[in-house]
Amino acid sequence: MKKLFYSKKIAPYVFICPFVITVLLFWLVPICNGVLLSFQDVLKEQWVGFDNYSRLLTDAIFLKALWNSFKYMAGTLLLLIPFPMLFASLLNSKLMRKADFFKSIYFIPALTSVVVAGTIFRLMYGEASTSLFNQILGLFGMSPIKWLKGAGTSFFALLLLACWRWTGVNILYFLAGLQSIPTELYEAASIDGASKWQQFVKISMPLVKPTTVYVLTISIYAGLSMFLESNMLFKGNNSPNNIGLTIVGYLYRQGVEKRALGYACAVGFILLIVVMAVNIIQLKITGTFKEERE
Amino acid sequence: MNEQGKEKVYGNRERKRYTSVVLVVLFSFLALLIILPIWVMFVASFKPGSDLLQYGLNLDINISRMNFDNYILLFTGTHEYWKWFFNSICLTVITVFSTLIISSFVGYGFAVYDFKGKKALFVLVLLILSIPLEVVMLPLYKQMSAWKMMDSFTAIILPFVAHASTIFFFRQYLVSIPQSLLEAGRIDGATEYGIFYRLILPLMKPAFSAMAILNGMNAWNNYLWPLLVIRSSEKYPLTLGLNTLINPYGDNYSLLIVGSVFSVIPIFILFVAFQKYFIEGMMAGAVKG
Repeated sequence: MKKLFYSKKIAPYVFICPFVITVLLFWLVPICNGVLLSFQDVLKEQWVGFDNYSRLLTDAIFLKALWNSFKYMAGTLLLLIPFPMLFASLLNSKLMRKADFFKSIYFIPALTSVVVAGTIFRLMYGEASTSLFNQILGLFGMSPIKWLKGAGTSFFALLLLACWRWTGVNILYFLAGLQSIPTELYEAASIDGASKWQQFVKISMPLVKPTTVYVLTISIYAGLSMFLESNMLFKGNNSPNNIGLTIVGYLYRQGVEKRALGYACAVGFILLIVVMAVNIIQLKITGTFKEERE
Repeated sequence: MNEQGKEKVYGNRERKRYTSVVLVVLFSFLALLIILPIWVMFVASFKPGSDLLQYGLNLDINISRMNFDNYILLFTGTHEYWKWFFNSICLTVITVFSTLIISSFVGYGFAVYDFKGKKALFVLVLLILSIPLEVVMLPLYKQMSAWKMMDSFTAIILPFVAHASTIFFFRQYLVSIPQSLLEAGRIDGATEYGIFYRLILPLMKPAFSAMAILNGMNAWNNYLWPLLVIRSSEKYPLTLGLNTLINPYGDNYSLLIVGSVFSVIPIFILFVAFQKYFIEGMMAGAVKG
């Protein structure tokens, strides 16, 4: 027995075993249970077939949550990819001084928890004319507004929080990508008379694509499954007219607050399908599948 | 060199210096914007909690209304803050140790051996990487309560000890280790586990540092899963505890703001000391070839 344990044939399985056990117990079993639960009404202990799913598709609040999550994801993609890419290539420029110092500063927001960051931002968005964002409006002669009561302003508030937390990290991602591009390419282009902007568009952008695809993928995940940011800004899962409700927020509301576990599990699987679908489309458009086959 | 040429070189250098200044100004401005909320929080920790509730957070510094009361409250008041702080430290330390030990063990298995089913299992690692936790969260929560594991640190830590992205990172780190090194170990009479323990682990120090930071930061800031499984307030991690201070009953903002400041301090200190590993850990996913 002992000999078997030490043999080269068995050892790999011993090494892998902790992974297999935890995955089985804490991922596969819950996923299967989740599938089963999504076909049940847990409160009445009944099997209901596809009822939960068909109800969801006509549930106006769920559709609103779905729309909110999509909007948020689209907003973060538009703001947290092009700008960090541009900033990274400027930071990477030979003319930039003290780039390392700035890199460290920009990383700081990623160190804070959503609880702390969300609380600070919520108070900066306060309704009083003395809260930071209303003071800024005041500088431009505008009267204070209720940032977190209107749909448009609260969407802006959420996006700004996301930008604050992730711009720096995304800059670092793109910097890592840019630094793997050989400098000869830029030298050759500049001898041929290409402007800095042309170099950015023709050399940096195409060659940093693997990084872009990676950032896109994680941003789609994070965007569609966003919950805590909204939970912190709105001081809980209930926002006026559900302006801050997201897919996961709805899952939490149904599963934890209303104890409708079956319905919530159906929300979970729709989230999974949506995330996977968006990412597969994204990887198709960017041509990542094709490259991998080659 | 003729006059015209000289002028061109000189003009070029001028332009370069000008661009350089513009860049530094631009990025300093961005840096200010990034630091602003942190600074605002720091300033606010000297203001009375009721002011925060009434006026919101801002840059105003009014010395006459500022004092150390919040800090005095934090260190001498009756509250559970330090209990939560200690809980978070325990959780972080246990999480980092258990995750690193188990994930490096598994990552090594994937990196150096060829065995039946390896491909399928590795695909499983990648698959788990692409499932949001929120999807399994509720069934897992139900399972934890059926297993009577609710309201314990085990429930927070155990489900995630074989951490897919950490395993992936270690596997990538170890995959280029020459088989001849392992053979040498075998010839010297070491067992497979002895090779891992004596030969490989010492080589993994940089990888361990990066993953310790990444997992530690995630554990320290973790909120959603503990929110589901922890019931009693004396077991709250700091994130959960801080959030309970945001209730409409009574004025807890004094403790909230100074508590927030103190919750980021340990990470800031670690960041200043081990910056390189923070960035490496964060970048771990993107560098995969």
